[in-house]
Amino acid sequence: MTMKIANILASPGDWLSPEAGHHPVVISSRVRLARNLAKVPFPGWAKKSERIRILDEIKPEVDALVEMQNVFSEQLNELSATEKQVLVERHLISREHAAKGMGSGVVINGAQTLSIMINEEDHLRMQAITCGLELAKTYQMIDGVDTELEAHLDFAFDPDLGYLTACPTNVGTGMRASAMVHLPGLVLSEQINQVVNSVNKIGLAVRGLYGEGTEAMGNLFQVSNQTTLGEKEEQIIDRLNKVIDTLIQRENQARENLLETKETMLMDQVGRAYGVLTHAYSVSSKEALNLLSILRLGIDLGFFPDGCRVLVNQLLMDTQPAHLQHLSKQKLAPEERDHLRADIVREKLKNFPNPPTNRRSGKKAVDPASESQ
Amino acid sequence: MTCDVCKTNPATVYLTQIVDGNMKKINLCESCSKEKGVSDPTGFALADLLLGLGESHQVETTPVAEQCPVCGFTQADLKKTGRLGCSECYQTFSEGLASLIKAMHKGTRHTGKIPARLYRNLARSDRLHELREHLEEAVQKEDYESAASIRDEIRQLEAEE
Repeated sequence: MTMKIANILASPGDWLSPEAGHHPVVISSRVRLARNLAKVPFPGWAKKSERIRILDEIKPEVDALVEMQNVFSEQLNELSATEKQVLVERHLISREHAAKGMGSGVVINGAQTLSIMINEEDHLRMQAITCGLELAKTYQMIDGVDTELEAHLDFAFDPDLGYLTACPTNVGTGMRASAMVHLPGLVLSEQINQVVNSVNKIGLAVRGLYGEGTEAMGNLFQVSNQTTLGEKEEQIIDRLNKVIDTLIQRENQARENLLETKETMLMDQVGRAYGVLTHAYSVSSKEALNLLSILRLGIDLGFFPDGCRVLVNQLLMDTQPAHLQHLSKQKLAPEERDHLRADIVREKLKNFPNPPTNRRSGKKAVDPASESQ
Repeated sequence: MTCDVCKTNPATVYLTQIVDGNMKKINLCESCSKEKGVSDPTGFALADLLLGLGESHQVETTPVAEQCPVCGFTQADLKKTGRLGCSECYQTFSEGLASLIKAMHKGTRHTGKIPARLYRNLARSDRLHELREHLEEAVQKEDYESAASIRDEIRQLEAEE
């Protein structure tokens, strides 16, 4: 069964559902694999007619995958700029891919946990996305797709260099595993630069919300492997997991220290974020990200019940520019978008619990739900 | 191989770089490499060293393939885009790529997933390699009975190709 773009855009991916395991620090895990057909020009070098031929060869195989139930499958030239941008905001396609048209395609499963870009920088960029810290499981999901596809497509592979990719930085496993982490504690305690530097030093990349060259907004960072050759997939994921575990520890320590030394400042920030989000009539995209980040921190610190976390994760997604543009069905000026954003946030947070009425002193409130985290 | 600079000591440091689309190679001995400040092959311009050598020490250069026979991608395209034209380019430009890949990654050999189809082929070629070694040993020991049976097994594996 084939889905329409409207079905995909109408609901968030499964990883944003209340049933998914929402983690206090790690928002999502993603793993992508780069694959190419042997002895056929890479998309960046292929002529348009060659790209169309490659797309025609690959797309039916991807559409036929058992994993791709209720599949959404389209050529990029069939999608509007807004639709493509919504897919970028959901991390289902890359910014580079959104710029593509005729001769490029995208296939997404109904749950929006698997997405396959055809003729991005490589002939195939396949990705799995899950909620929380689940890198090994996420790799298995996409590994299954790859194993099924390789039975039907002749992938370029060299016994020494592994999977051959358009850019030599991806050669070998062709794998980029990444986790989206929320680090307000390290940012507020001004340790973030030091932590980012030390992660970079051990060969992992830390980037902003939308990858390479983007600003870190909403205290959100992507941590990913930098190298793809010389280690097994599992080794790369192990290494990444260890570093992310350390990051989680450092973040939790920073939060505890802040609670001990600056609890009133923290409560003040959380209260103000709550106040603005529930009462403002115009909120910019950047302001929304930053305030939602602080609200999420408030949940993690036990100022609000744990169950609120999923709502904040959804709002982080729904308040992005293309999502709003898509929702309104008509072209919005930036200030109109800010009004609509504020309307949506107010509406969604209507039943959000109030922050603690009284200032607390030194002790973290015990929330039964947060103890299991 | 002797050092390209002093022409006396054995060369222990081998450098390869792409200069103006041509592959330049230079071999240095331990002391000359130190003298020229070659400690990190990636952070060092071979062109400077070559120029520093002067006319009298003109180093032999091996020009490499300019264009990929499969897709027509050129050395200049690679320099401009940092990308390759097709999977075959890895063969075509292998000499220049080797040092680039070495500098980019943790290792130079893939140890991860192998496509199932190739895995079977690789397992077979490993087995063939092993059998040929056994055959040689058997012949050396004048154990012709074993040699004959090993040879039969090799023929059978080769026939599967």
